[in-house]
Amino acid sequence: MSFSLLTPEFIVERNDERCIRCQVCVRQCANLVHMYDQEEDRIVADDSKCVNCHRCVALCPTRALTIRRNPLEFKENANWTTSAIREIYKQAETGGILLTGMGNDRPYPVYWDHMLLNASQVTNPSIDPLREPMELKTMLGRKPEVLNVEDGKVKEKLPPQLKLEIPVMFSAMSFGSISFNTCQALAMAASEAGVMYNTGEGGLHKDLRKYGKNTIVQVASGRFGVDVDYLQAGAAIEIKIGQGAKPGIGGHLPGEKVMAEISQTRMIPIGSDAISPAPHHDIYSIEDLRQLIYSLKEATDYQKPVSVKIAAVHNVAAICSGIARAGADIIAIDGFRGGTGAAPLRIRDNVGIPIEFALAAVDTRLREEGIRNQVSLVCAGGIRNSADIIKAIALGADAVYIGQAALIAIGCHMCQKCYTGKCNWGIATQDPNLVKRLNPEIAARRLINLLHAWTHEMKEMLGGMGINAIESLKGNRLMLRGIGLTSRELDILGIKAAGE
Amino acid sequence: MSYVIIGNSVAAVGAVEGIRKHDKITPIIIISDEPYHTYSRPLISYYLGGKVTQDKMYYRDKNFYKANKVKPILGVKAEQVDFDKKEVILQDGRRISYTKLLIATGGKPLIPPLEGIEKKNVFNFIKLDDVKNIERLARAGSKAIVVGASFSGLKAVEALVQRGVRVTVIDIMDRIMPRVLDETASLIALKCLVKYGVEVLLNTTVEKIIGDKIARGVLLKDGRELACDFIILAVGVRCNIDLVKGTNLNINRGIIVDTGMRTNIPDVYAAGDVAEGYNFLEQRNIEIPIIPNAYKQGETAGENMAGADKIFDRGFVMNSMPLLDLSIVSAGVSTTGEGTNIKAIYKQDTNTYRKFYIRNKNLVGYLLINDIDRAGIYTDLIKRKVDISPFADKLGEEGFGFISLPKEMRKQIMLEG
Amino acid sequence: MNNLSAAAKKRIYAKEEVCIGCRLCEIYCIAAHSQYRDNLIKTFKKLTKRPLPRIVVEEEKPVSFGLQCRHCDEPECVKACITGAMHKDTETGIVTNDIERCIGCWTCILACPYGVIKRDYQNKKIASKCDLCMESNMEPACVKNCPNEALYIKASS
Repeated sequence: MSFSLLTPEFIVERNDERCIRCQVCVRQCANLVHMYDQEEDRIVADDSKCVNCHRCVALCPTRALTIRRNPLEFKENANWTTSAIREIYKQAETGGILLTGMGNDRPYPVYWDHMLLNASQVTNPSIDPLREPMELKTMLGRKPEVLNVEDGKVKEKLPPQLKLEIPVMFSAMSFGSISFNTCQALAMAASEAGVMYNTGEGGLHKDLRKYGKNTIVQVASGRFGVDVDYLQAGAAIEIKIGQGAKPGIGGHLPGEKVMAEISQTRMIPIGSDAISPAPHHDIYSIEDLRQLIYSLKEATDYQKPVSVKIAAVHNVAAICSGIARAGADIIAIDGFRGGTGAAPLRIRDNVGIPIEFALAAVDTRLREEGIRNQVSLVCAGGIRNSADIIKAIALGADAVYIGQAALIAIGCHMCQKCYTGKCNWGIATQDPNLVKRLNPEIAARRLINLLHAWTHEMKEMLGGMGINAIESLKGNRLMLRGIGLTSRELDILGIKAAGE
Repeated sequence: MSYVIIGNSVAAVGAVEGIRKHDKITPIIIISDEPYHTYSRPLISYYLGGKVTQDKMYYRDKNFYKANKVKPILGVKAEQVDFDKKEVILQDGRRISYTKLLIATGGKPLIPPLEGIEKKNVFNFIKLDDVKNIERLARAGSKAIVVGASFSGLKAVEALVQRGVRVTVIDIMDRIMPRVLDETASLIALKCLVKYGVEVLLNTTVEKIIGDKIARGVLLKDGRELACDFIILAVGVRCNIDLVKGTNLNINRGIIVDTGMRTNIPDVYAAGDVAEGYNFLEQRNIEIPIIPNAYKQGETAGENMAGADKIFDRGFVMNSMPLLDLSIVSAGVSTTGEGTNIKAIYKQDTNTYRKFYIRNKNLVGYLLINDIDRAGIYTDLIKRKVDISPFADKLGEEGFGFISLPKEMRKQIMLEG
Repeated sequence: MNNLSAAAKKRIYAKEEVCIGCRLCEIYCIAAHSQYRDNLIKTFKKLTKRPLPRIVVEEEKPVSFGLQCRHCDEPECVKACITGAMHKDTETGIVTNDIERCIGCWTCILACPYGVIKRDYQNKKIASKCDLCMESNMEPACVKNCPNEALYIKASS
């Protein structure tokens, strides 16, 4: 088809008074938006190719560039919005399902923003974290029913625990969906900050094995890169059942991205598609899951906690009860805002439930069943800042995973084009020309900075509430009040309304 | 204790700097028959061409002798060396005793046995005084004949063209700079000369110089007569060994030195154009009359005179010659011998020429015209005898550089500097 | 010790693994050595004769890196220079070319093993090379402005 109904989504504006024709934009755009016209001695742009990732804007040394949303409007229509129309054009032209990247961007309510934190006044003094110790250390794993203490020490050996300096981990992102340099940056930062990063289902590259103490190795339905060495290489193992961005859907890494390093790491032939089936073909029941959990424990001599990650879906509380009873040490719940390298648009935007509800429901259910101590809960999917973390912990999480926030810290501009493999920031790409744009040292430094900043903020918030250990906040929903929520929503969240 | 250096050019300066690396105290005496502060001889063509003034021709700044505790004896010729008494005898009868002696008397022009060569207005093209004399005659519109399309002959041609002199250059060989250029390269140079109005006569030579007391023209072997206002002889240079002829010093064409620049006589060193040092590509001693070589030989001699044990065994020929609007550089071997492979690329649109001489796994020579950027990388490949087989196909290709080398080799070079 | 002698043996090195081939090093180098000093817009908008970038960027995708003068301890260019214009400062260790005396014979280009001296025909024919931005307190523009920290300055061992 020669004629497309799709008009450019963005417009590249170049201030000619500032443009010095250095052509950095030309060299940096993997989408080939910018071109130098020698005859005219000027740089021209093909707006239709622009994804608004800001790479050119950020690198332009004279700040000559701006990217704007194309002001071209369709006739106003509350039903047939611009995106609704454009999506139809696209599908009418391609005949394919719509793909997207990163998390759900639809205007569903963000419940974090409908919860407010408490602070101490008069009766219960607040704590100044600069003057008094403040504990953010977190242990993930099964806790015993009773703690027997003898001579000031715990009598029995505890089940394996995952020790975190702060209750934040980097989400599962596979080598394949992200570049090696990104994996390395996450590993370096986790190692430096005393937290965990997660391999995702892409296996563990040999050069990253040295970060094993800060690595969670994932076992997903494709079982890529899984062998006993892999299981033993990490500090914990995570069985991936589902992912918040695409519950019920598997994964697909196209063969052209499976080059030598990925092939070796995933243990699949070069050029072969890496297809993760939607379900694990050996798991059709809680009992099957239990078998896998114990197989993994057996393989690692019961030395490593086993986590099970699921997407937040309608029956999440009951499912998590089953997972806890199946022997998982940690349950990671990924809300519907969770990120992805590639997902069908309709799935991402329409399947799953908000993590806030899922977390509250699961915590409540496990408490009611008296098995909350048997598992740690990790909350994932759209955590944006330290306040979200504090709220998550007050709702009942032991720790959170951050994926998109981590990527934003290292340069992601949320253009949502991860699936094209042309990430100009060197994150979601395997193109060696692009991968090297992400300097792992710089990226690790930025991640560590982010975690430092959040650590300070979390301590401030805890201190304000008169709490000096994150442990005391866990499931302490009295520290939360809802705002702008219905009573049904407040009930599910298990919190009172502001003013109550 | 004293160091004595006969000569005041590049090798001498190299020696002073070499000595001063190790010995900051002992006085150094420099003797030269030229009355000038050390200057760069190749600059004479630029002086003639009006590109530099005499005050910018100094090879080292005015403070050089003082800063290096050098006592210059300038404008006085060293007549003789008494190796037994370790003394240099000057023209004016003075005797200068030395502990260590460096002979760096350079080269002198090869004077062809030509009838009429003694006439006025026939010049060599080596020293500052030569061009000072030429300068007076080289006016716009005057006519000059340059005998010898050699390096220095062509530099003279260039300078004269820049002054507006009409020039004819004559060479007995069938091409320009036959020791450096091949036929293709010679043709490129020829076209350039013709473009600038230079008349080039090859395959012929001067029979005699005509005119009464003053040269008025030449008679060629083929019977043609050419008129001119003055003549420049640039048929070649030989080692200036007048000073030591008939002594016990081991001399061939030049003074024979080992890789430490020592002669056969203890405490006597030689360096620069007067010396026959080791040419590592030819694997024999031979004169290498070029500045980089003179400096390094001088420096090596100086260091060894001051007690070091330095070796310079990587000498080979290299030349850079801008000629009017051409840039020509070459290094190492320039002849096709047995076992020498050639890679040559000529591009008409850019008028560039690149030629490489490869022996076994090593680059042993190259010639570049116009696209000379990064030539030093090739020079270094020759000098370090690098096995070029992993990247031989990339030599001379667009964008050749360290990127063309295997990663490990590249990293080693780039990180060691 | 002043800043210059502290930098006596400093060299700029490249990390090719993270060089993104943007050539901002060249852009900033040009500006740093122009009369407008670091003002990119004026350098490029007002000057028709701009200095050459003194860094060489080699690129053969996906590999790229910048390369500058190594200010060698035994500088081949200085030893080869026919005029004495190329010299190594005994105090700073920086190899610079005295453009008043350089006559553009290109012998330094023939001699430099790193191939980092360029022919500059802008005004007078002269050889152009990295001076470690010695007039900017030894903070080379290329290093300072590399967006991916692919260039660094370090004292050689």
